[in-house]
Amino acid sequence: MRPLTDDETRTMFEKLSKYIGENIKLLVDRPDGTYCFRLHNDRVYYISERILKLATNISRDKLVSVGTCFGKFTKTLKFRLHITALDFLAPYAKFKVWVKPGQEQSFLYGNHVLKSGLGRITENTNQYQGVVVYSMSDVPLGFGVAAKSTQECRRVDPMSIVVFHQADIGEFIRSEDTLT
Amino acid sequence: MGRKLDPTTYVKRGPGRKSRKQKGAETELTKFITEGDSDRFTDENSEWLKPAKRKREADHIDDDDDDDSDSQWEQEEDEEGEGQKKKGKRQLIENDDDDDDDDDDLVDDYGASEDSGEGEKEGESDEEVRQKKLQEVMDQETDDDDEEEEEEEDKDGEKSGDEDMDEEDTVQVNIDEMDTFKLPKAEDIAKEGVMLVDLQTIHQRIKDNVDVLSHFSTKREGGKDRAEYLSLLKKDLSTYYSYNNFLIDKLLEIFPVSELIDFLEANEIQRPVTIRTNTLKTRRRDLAQALINRGVNLDPLGKWSKVGLVIFDSSVPIGATPEYLAGHYMLQGASSFLPVMALSPQEGETILDMSSAPGGKATYIAQLMRNTGVVVANDASADRLKSVVGNIHRLGVTNSVVCNYDGRQFPKVMGGFDRVLLDAPCSGTGVISKDPAVKTSKDESDIQRSAHLQKELILAAIDSVNAESPSGGYLVYCTCSIMVEENEWVVDYALKKRNVKLVPTGLDFGKEGFTRFKERRFHPSLKLSRRFYPHSHNMDGFFVAKLKKFSNTVPTTTVDNGIVTTILVEETEPSGDVKVQSDSFDEEKPFKAGSKNKSKKQKPDGKPVVSQATANGKSAKSIAKKTQKNENPTVPKKAKMDNETEKVDKEINKSNIVKTDKETSKEGSRFQKKGDKQRKSHIQSKKRIGKNKFNKLKKLLKNEFGNEHL
Repeated sequence: MRPLTDDETRTMFEKLSKYIGENIKLLVDRPDGTYCFRLHNDRVYYISERILKLATNISRDKLVSVGTCFGKFTKTLKFRLHITALDFLAPYAKFKVWVKPGQEQSFLYGNHVLKSGLGRITENTNQYQGVVVYSMSDVPLGFGVAAKSTQECRRVDPMSIVVFHQADIGEFIRSEDTLT
Repeated sequence: MGRKLDPTTYVKRGPGRKSRKQKGAETELTKFITEGDSDRFTDENSEWLKPAKRKREADHIDDDDDDDSDSQWEQEEDEEGEGQKKKGKRQLIENDDDDDDDDDDLVDDYGASEDSGEGEKEGESDEEVRQKKLQEVMDQETDDDDEEEEEEEDKDGEKSGDEDMDEEDTVQVNIDEMDTFKLPKAEDIAKEGVMLVDLQTIHQRIKDNVDVLSHFSTKREGGKDRAEYLSLLKKDLSTYYSYNNFLIDKLLEIFPVSELIDFLEANEIQRPVTIRTNTLKTRRRDLAQALINRGVNLDPLGKWSKVGLVIFDSSVPIGATPEYLAGHYMLQGASSFLPVMALSPQEGETILDMSSAPGGKATYIAQLMRNTGVVVANDASADRLKSVVGNIHRLGVTNSVVCNYDGRQFPKVMGGFDRVLLDAPCSGTGVISKDPAVKTSKDESDIQRSAHLQKELILAAIDSVNAESPSGGYLVYCTCSIMVEENEWVVDYALKKRNVKLVPTGLDFGKEGFTRFKERRFHPSLKLSRRFYPHSHNMDGFFVAKLKKFSNTVPTTTVDNGIVTTILVEETEPSGDVKVQSDSFDEEKPFKAGSKNKSKKQKPDGKPVVSQATANGKSAKSIAKKTQKNENPTVPKKAKMDNETEKVDKEINKSNIVKTDKETSKEGSRFQKKGDKQRKSHIQSKKRIGKNKFNKLKKLLKNEFGNEHL
């Protein structure tokens, strides 16, 4: 387990800021202690310092997971955000999309959100902006990328995609193995 | 044949539609046939065509049916010829059940009525018949008689089965012993071919047998001892419930016979599905509302749990609702709540879960701690750890560390945990309803292997606990097994090998653990542990024990030190006795956890091994007396060695005594400090008989020294 290098930190923060903007510092400086990011087996983990100290006792090959996994770096050093980061993205999300109850299941299966399933969307969403997807009862379902800006969403036909799917909570069942 | 000639008469229902009709026809016919013709027919074939003899119970021994050798009805003939006793007797007796007794004389069997009906049963009954033939070939008449009588019993239903059966055996055949022992043989063969009917018989026999065993003195049949009934019962249970003999033997050792039946029945059906609300993300009442809106029928689990819900039925898959995916609840067996409730983790503690897969208990611990502190979730299997990681992330647990060690290595990796939970891998005899393969796959070596592993794990777990932790020092050991070898024996082993003691689990329901079992005797505090059974608590079989570690030192050898200390003890025996009484008072008083730490700090290093060893050596028995006795001599010795003033000596003596009392007293008495200090003065005044001697000696020495100076 090692701290992130500058490049890696920059890449990751860029990705995060797509969803939560400049609220990243809220992730690091929390009232209940300092949290930090650590890299282990190409995955980025978000942990408090107290856990960090304990976790250093565990040898590298035996350590499976620490705190919360945010995502992983691919072989080409791009950062891929995992669904496990949802709990931290959701409260700070700047752009949100609400999905109708009928389309909830479809999104949870990994499909993109169509205009017919779109309940609400934050104003001024740009195209290709990172968004967090909620159900109508404000339960976070996952996140994605807006395929159309808010203005376009109003005009477009019901069968076209408005949000590209990136991660959803159905993955906890579908792809449990890839979480580790 | 045809329809009834007289529709107003009602033929009693028996097996088989056509046979009923046929019998119906024949019942009509009987009215037209006079009695005199019953022995022969009236047509021209009467010389060689003989009607089937009625096979009445009373007749069958004598009624060899040799008369029917020329019968056209070959089936009958074969059956009768070979199966004198048995063959069709079963069916015939069943026919008797149908109250067609009168008809049987005149009824031409066609080989069908012997089946007790055409149609489906015909095939089976033919097989039965053949089986019976086999039986007859193999067995003697006596066996046949026995079976018949069994069936009589079954018919009657009211008799205490074995007893009556055996009685009739003795009446008709004077070889009682042989009868019961032969029975299994006959039945084995029969059961290979025949399934359904015999299972019912077995079930009935089991019930009757249990009845006899429960009221043995009144219902037993003279000459038959309990072992015979038991051996028959064991065989029947293995067959009926599909267990192997080893497991049935073990279960018979644990449960009384009537409870055993309940246990086996409970293992055949599933326990209700239960879920645990994740209080990090939602509340139970909100979750219940959301699930009800989805069409789930649920109820709170019971008053012992504030987060449990039991699912009765559901129109959506419970493991795939959006609430599940959002981490609002976790599917978890009710029995898995118990060890975590017993552990009662506090906020800010460091907790280890040694065998955490699939992560239900680890996440429950984290939710109880509100994501503060640290939970280390360990498991030896890397595959199963994936589910732990998945559940941790899904439920929003942020204070966890997941690692993949063999639990036995843990003290070397990291120690000093406030609390440890060990849900040891076991034989799974408590969760047979989830995994029926356990019924047949477990044997002695499996249990021994499990027990060995569990002992190693529990010692490693104890070594990982920090006894001086300000808020903890607890270990909860639990298994999903009901075997004494894996439960009480392992805990007793731990009590002998380490400085731990049992404390109440905090679970007010459940059966107490065994303090003795067969030839073994366990420590009496084992009754603080709890056992749960599927048939009495409607949750998986489970065992929970909560241990408190009161010293971090590991006892090395106990025997040698024990001998040494006993020698020292002699002088101070009276004070030791007095101390015991004081302990019983003191335990009721409030106690600060920190006092143990203090007492340990004060204790010089020279003596800990001895005292600890003695403490451990006696841990299996009533330690308090002996260890206190041990402490007394050591205390004044220390005082001398340390060259401290008299006053300080006394204080140290007091504190040491207090310390040892706390360490050695077994019964969860954390609340001793104040009481000890308050009470000890009175008691110590008595003890100072011994101490004062030393003090006097000291004074003498000092005076002499002083005089010398002067």
